[in-house]
Amino acid sequence: MSSLLEARGVSKIFGGGLFDKRVTVALDAFSFAIESTPPRVTAIVGESGSGKTTLARLLLGLITPTTGEVLYNGTNLRKLARDDRRSFLRDVQMIFQDPYEVYNPFYKVDHVLETPITEFKLASGQQARRALIHESLRAVGLRPDETLGRYPHQLSGGQRQRIMVARAVLLRPRLIIADEPVSMVDASLRATILDSLRQLNRDYGMSIVYITHDLTTAYQISDNIIVLYRGSVAEAGDVDLVVRQPKHPYTQLLIQSVPEPDPAHPWGAVEIRTDVGEVANGATQVELNVPVGLLPAGAGASATAKAHGGHLLSGCPFADRCPHVMAMCRDSVPPLYQLDPARAAACFLYRDSGPALAVEQLNEVMSAAGSSARST
Amino acid sequence: MATDVLRVEDLRVWYHTPRGPVKAVDGVSFGLLSNERLGLVGESGSGKSTIALALMRLIRPPGRIEGGRVQLDGVNLLEIADEPMRRLRLAAIALVAQGAMNSLNPVVRVREQIIDGMRDHDEKLTKQAAAARVASLLDQVGLKPEVADRFPHELSGGMKQRVCIAIAIALRPKVILADEPTSALDVVVQRQVMETLKRVQEQLGASVVLVGHDMGLMAQFVHRLGVMYAGRLVEVSPVGEIFVEPLHPYTRLLIGSLPSLEEKGKFQGIPGLPPSVLERPSGCSFHPRCPHAMPRCSVEDPQLQQVRPNRWVACHLYDESESNGKVVVSP
Repeated sequence: MSSLLEARGVSKIFGGGLFDKRVTVALDAFSFAIESTPPRVTAIVGESGSGKTTLARLLLGLITPTTGEVLYNGTNLRKLARDDRRSFLRDVQMIFQDPYEVYNPFYKVDHVLETPITEFKLASGQQARRALIHESLRAVGLRPDETLGRYPHQLSGGQRQRIMVARAVLLRPRLIIADEPVSMVDASLRATILDSLRQLNRDYGMSIVYITHDLTTAYQISDNIIVLYRGSVAEAGDVDLVVRQPKHPYTQLLIQSVPEPDPAHPWGAVEIRTDVGEVANGATQVELNVPVGLLPAGAGASATAKAHGGHLLSGCPFADRCPHVMAMCRDSVPPLYQLDPARAAACFLYRDSGPALAVEQLNEVMSAAGSSARST
Repeated sequence: MATDVLRVEDLRVWYHTPRGPVKAVDGVSFGLLSNERLGLVGESGSGKSTIALALMRLIRPPGRIEGGRVQLDGVNLLEIADEPMRRLRLAAIALVAQGAMNSLNPVVRVREQIIDGMRDHDEKLTKQAAAARVASLLDQVGLKPEVADRFPHELSGGMKQRVCIAIAIALRPKVILADEPTSALDVVVQRQVMETLKRVQEQLGASVVLVGHDMGLMAQFVHRLGVMYAGRLVEVSPVGEIFVEPLHPYTRLLIGSLPSLEEKGKFQGIPGLPPSVLERPSGCSFHPRCPHAMPRCSVEDPQLQQVRPNRWVACHLYDESESNGKVVVSP
């Protein structure tokens, strides 16, 4: 059975041309499948330049991968037939970071809720439309009489963001991709929005991909987590395992750096290497030996990629900042080592601790994670 | 008792809009001790950034400082003329603004940008002395001397923010105001920048006011925390106590709304909506969202009062502990 949405060996390169071989690798040989059963909440966590927003845009088909492919029900997004494309647009919904930008200030907020109803013929007749809108607003904890008939500027950022969640509910998608949905919302309202996402997963069986830089909210609402660092998966698996007992040096650094709202738990005393490895843009720049345009679209088929097991990078992207760096880290890209049934980390420190996985096998780890979370 | 470096009394800043005045800061008083790190935390629109700008006297129309005193070294900053105020900025009180790293001039090397502020206050600075100062300032904020020759776009966000700290401390100010200095940075870099700021502050013997919305950052950085709501301070307490036993219901709910890595599923949003800046609720601004609201809360505005040693709160729940009717001192 094919997955609802799957990224297979996807890389995305920005910049570069026929003569300019310096490019930015935003995402490097990434594979991940999203199933609709069981519906899971998967967090994709990374800092700026880690490739998380690139990944969201690739999954939505807003940009096309440089190598590899994104499949919807087994078909490449670029080759979807007209009807399949329509069902893709309905099945996969997006919630963006900025609840101020998505609205047209000249329309009342009703507009963003009515458009999908018309477009997908979700209800016929004024009464049925209203009922549907009211139901979806209530599902995200908004009172219809306080929301409808208003202009965007009359609502708070938190309300606007919840209307976007309501719009997603309206379409009954099978997957919601939420890119930093609460980063522009005040702390006191964040919990409510995250809670409504969690409810959609629980009550409506929707899968959710929650993209964020905020490890704490990711920990709170997700079953699975993928930690990205400069376009590569550093660690992935069951969220409790990854957050409570991080294995990858980057995940460890990330977790120690989270400012806990508790003065009794000061920041960890780990030494952070400064300057080295800090570049103007968080993403990794590499020099390709072929022009970007000549990279074949097939997964990992390029000469560069073949030499490094499907990767465009030549070594571990964290090597410059890693306190445990070894010579091998700079020479080759560490594969994901399976350290638990439901967790894998891409670090040579664990080369004897578990089997090395092919990139596609990350899916098996992620499936194991979901089931163990459910059983506890 | 340690003396205040900076004393703010009854500060009021309004923004005059066609729909009426927005009382962004409405009677805020606090003191800043020497070597102290004080946090001002609040949601958007609570007035925290306006306070930082008002202390620098950088409020622009339609905003206006309506009244109050800002006492620094025996001088009321709100009373002096523009030129002496300009001389005090950077030399006595410096600001690391929100997104300061984006205020660096993209076509000027880091060295010139650091020297610029120093030269503005001390024209006699020789070239060699300036170069030596730049190198030692960069060293203080943990940057290599080569950074002086770079342009801002060649630096990462964290490095740029450290350059901004270097500029802010160039003249050894007594008070450093930091307004969300790390809001655009990743957690790892945020921690580096905050640790740099802390180290520099301790070396200089300066005091810091950190303005922000991130309670986690406050817990890690400040000694004392002031909680803002709708233009007022509703609670001021030592950070070690406020997280253990918050007094004001808003502080309690705010702390309860924070997700943690320690415990799962224990965070909850605050019901209701932040108050509209134009139509502030009557009485206590928080009463429409407050689970402990009493009839008098919608009528009577609670004053900030000391209910325990070093613990100040503006809430009618603590009225019985009030010893005298009129509160004359402030935190």
